[in-house]
Amino acid sequence: MNAVEIKNIKKTFTVEKSSVTALHDISFQVKKGELFGLIGPDGAGKTTLFRILTTLMLANSGTASVDGYDVVNDYKEIRKRVGYMPGRFSLYPDLTVEENLSFFATLFNTSIEENYDLVKDIYVQIEKFKTRKAGALSGGMKQKLALSCALIHKPSVLFLDEPTTGVDAVSRREFWDLLHHLQQQKITILVSTPYMDEASLCDRVALIQDGRILDIDSPKGINNKFKHALWSARAEDMYKLLTDLKAQPEVNSCYPFGQEHHVTLKGGDENLNTIGARLNQLGHAGLKFEKISAGIEDCFMELMVNKTQDLSSKT
Amino acid sequence: MKAISVQNLTKQFGSFTAVDHITFDVEQGEIFGFLGANGAGKTTAMRMLCGLSMPTSGEATVAGFDLYKNPEKIKQSIGYMSQKFSLYEDLTIRENIRFYGGIYGLSNSEIKTKTDHLVSSLKLEDKINSLVKSLPLGWKQKLSFSVAMIHDPRIVFLDEPTGGVDPITRREFWTMIFEAAHRGTTVFVTTHYMDEAEYCNRVSIMVDGQIAALGAPLELKTKYTAKDMGEVFLQLARGAKRGDD
Repeated sequence: MNAVEIKNIKKTFTVEKSSVTALHDISFQVKKGELFGLIGPDGAGKTTLFRILTTLMLANSGTASVDGYDVVNDYKEIRKRVGYMPGRFSLYPDLTVEENLSFFATLFNTSIEENYDLVKDIYVQIEKFKTRKAGALSGGMKQKLALSCALIHKPSVLFLDEPTTGVDAVSRREFWDLLHHLQQQKITILVSTPYMDEASLCDRVALIQDGRILDIDSPKGINNKFKHALWSARAEDMYKLLTDLKAQPEVNSCYPFGQEHHVTLKGGDENLNTIGARLNQLGHAGLKFEKISAGIEDCFMELMVNKTQDLSSKT
Repeated sequence: MKAISVQNLTKQFGSFTAVDHITFDVEQGEIFGFLGANGAGKTTAMRMLCGLSMPTSGEATVAGFDLYKNPEKIKQSIGYMSQKFSLYEDLTIRENIRFYGGIYGLSNSEIKTKTDHLVSSLKLEDKINSLVKSLPLGWKQKLSFSVAMIHDPRIVFLDEPTGGVDPITRREFWTMIFEAAHRGTTVFVTTHYMDEAEYCNRVSIMVDGQIAALGAPLELKTKYTAKDMGEVFLQLARGAKRGDD
């Protein structure tokens, strides 16, 4: 049995009298014990999907189950077994750290002591502030408390909605270490994030954009599916290089990537010589191309462009 | 003349030294990344450079103006954009442009010219009378950047400008930054995306109120034998003594 099964889920909202589709016919499964990433920008539908799976919202059509229980008929059962950490801090700001945690334990007929093992690694980091009100904690501390509260009833499936958004790189890394540790305790984890680089930390990921799944696979599997040969380009004047590359008819795509630009070509690799010669004529110094393998952002952008072309050809 | 010049700039709150003797220069037209973990002192330093907070000690000039003597002149010479606060959601695009143009003392005819130019370069002509809250996040960010530049400031401060957008939109935004720098505007940017640090000409990394490293991304990666800026950042920021509490 899969930890999560999603079949043809569709959800629309009415915004200022017009209908907006947040999720278009979404289907996928998450295996038991998997660390599964839902990766996409704001507005992609990540939160809506999590709210449907945690029984906080009804889909317009389609079915979904968590731990074998149907999200509509068995919602009470699901609520007992899932942990949910919403994207927005949702604990009681006027209660202390300890009061919040014991409140959530009590809701699930348990106590901090009973499941302390599960939250220990996280809770020890905030325990010295246990008498501080939750509202007065820093962002990183709030995040750790929220995770502790989501875990205190020993859930079998954990939903984390953008836990690392706005958190600095050090805290992000620590948070992912915690997730890997939790995974060893046989908890299935679904985590959403707009940070593409976090994909490599998941077992499998779904890339999502505008309510549509672009692809589902292991991070490596996604990278291997990149269709074009990918080149990195450098020259002394990187801004001019970007503009000039985009103007070349043989260039399929060209995106800035830090200290280099990533380029794909129309046609074969031989076109690179043509482009190189033209760029030299335009006065580029230090011009250098190198064949590289695609990363998750390269793939996400290619899939985005393909999806857009796909949809516009259908209409 | 340097766009920003800072010597031993320090800010104390009681016995706590938020910013501890930082020294650096930023060139005109440079894209300068200002990194640091939460609590490292970035925001306090940036508030001082924008003329919003008086230093405890040290010297600094921004756009040629002294921080102590001419903070108002500094405010007129800089632009500021942050994801947390930028445009008024309940005003239309046109109204936001008019509002910020007015704040920076542009004449009615200048505002009209700027409005036309801005909406056409962003291809927002049909949206000009729509409320800002109806725009997708990526458009809001681009509009917000353009509005921060409406008075042609010498320096623009971008405080975590690009969270949450798709990778194509993020690159369109950075292309706007490159264009601005190419035209000679200095860009001073903070970000939590370590891959964005790689777009900067130079970056500084603050740890516990001090500048722990400063250089071009390639220099720093070589110095710390790191494959990317994320690793450089982790090596430095993990040594931090003070947390973000």
